[in-house]
Amino acid sequence: MSVWHAIAAAALFAAAPALLAGEIPPDARRSGYSFMGPDTRAMQDDDTSNPGMLFVLDGQSLWTKKSGSAEKACADCHGDARSSMKGVAARYPAFDNALSRPVTLDQRINLCRATHQQASPLPYESRDLLALSAFVAHQSRGVAITAGDDPQAKPFVAQGRDLFMQREGQLNLACTNCHDDNFDKHLAGAPITQGQPTGYPLYRLEWQTLGSLERRLRSCMSGVRAQAYDYGSPELVALELYLMSRARGLPMETPAVRP
Amino acid sequence: MAALINVPAKARRGDVIEIRTLTSHIMETGFRHTVDGKLVPRDIITSFTCRYNGAEIFRADLFPAIAANPYLSFFTVAKESGKFEFEWIGDNGYSSTASASITVE
Repeated sequence: MSVWHAIAAAALFAAAPALLAGEIPPDARRSGYSFMGPDTRAMQDDDTSNPGMLFVLDGQSLWTKKSGSAEKACADCHGDARSSMKGVAARYPAFDNALSRPVTLDQRINLCRATHQQASPLPYESRDLLALSAFVAHQSRGVAITAGDDPQAKPFVAQGRDLFMQREGQLNLACTNCHDDNFDKHLAGAPITQGQPTGYPLYRLEWQTLGSLERRLRSCMSGVRAQAYDYGSPELVALELYLMSRARGLPMETPAVRP
Repeated sequence: MAALINVPAKARRGDVIEIRTLTSHIMETGFRHTVDGKLVPRDIITSFTCRYNGAEIFRADLFPAIAANPYLSFFTVAKESGKFEFEWIGDNGYSSTASASITVE
C-alpha cells in the first residue's frame, strides 16, 4: 500500500466520528415516524388532519400578540418567523453564554419573555408555551438536526449520554437498553423506537394533546419506576441535548403525530 | 378556537367531494377526577353543523367518548359555487365557527 493510500485511509478514519459501543450509526438512524402504522402516518402527513397544526396556528397568533409590560410581541424583534426562525429548533437545546449552560427552546422562549417582553414565564406544558414552541419548531420542518455541534455544549452532551446509559428505577433499566439495543421489537403491543426526538413538541394520541420532549422523558422514567426529574432540571436538559445530538442529520418533523 | 378545514377549492358540478374538519377542543368527559377526588366537570362539543349556501347538509351530535380535538369528515355533492359554513356548539356556551368557499364549474 502506498503512502497516499495510508494517508487517505487515515483521513477517512479521522473524518468519521467515532461511535461508542451500543450507538446507532448515522445511516441506521430512523425517526419514530418509520415505526408507525399507515393511519398515524397519514394523520401526520396531512396538515389539515394533523392536530398538532391547531397548536401551530395558536402559536402563530401568539407570535404577533404584544405581551408583558414592555408591550412587545415576538414579531417586533424577530420579524417574520418563516425566515428568522427557520432552522433554529434544529440546533436546540443551545448553549447560552450568559447562563453558561444549554437551554431548551421552551426555556429560550421564557428567557425572551423575561428579558425582552418583561412578561411572566409561561408554565411548562401550558398551552401557550407548547403553541409558541410548536410554531417556532414548525419553521424548521425538514431541516437537519445539528444540536450539540457547539464545542461549549460538549460536556453537557456527555452528561446527557451518561444519563442515557445509566440504569435507574425499580425496573433497573437505562434508556439505552430499549432504544439502542432493542428497537424494532415490541414492548407489550407497542413498537420500541430508537427514541429520536425529531418532531417535538408532538401530538400524542394517548395524551390527546401536544407535549414536550421533557414530558415524554418523564413518562419513560415513570415507566421504569424511577423518580422523574423536574421540568427544566439540568438533567432533563442534558438528556434532551444528548438525544438531539444523537439524532444528528435527521430532518425535523414538528408537529409530529405519535400513537 | 383554531380550526382546520379542508374543502376542495374547485370542483365540477355533480362531483362528490370530501370535506374534512378538525377543531381545537379539550373534550373533557366529565368522568375524570382530580388527585384530590373532585370531579372534573364535563366540557365537550355537543353539536356540529355544516351549511352549504345556507342549507344544512350535515349535522353530528358529539358525546363524551369522542377524543379531544374532534376530526370529522363527510361527503357532499358539489352543486353550485358558494360557501360552506361550519359551527361547533358545546358545554358552557361554547360556540365556534369557520367557513370555506368553493368554485363549481
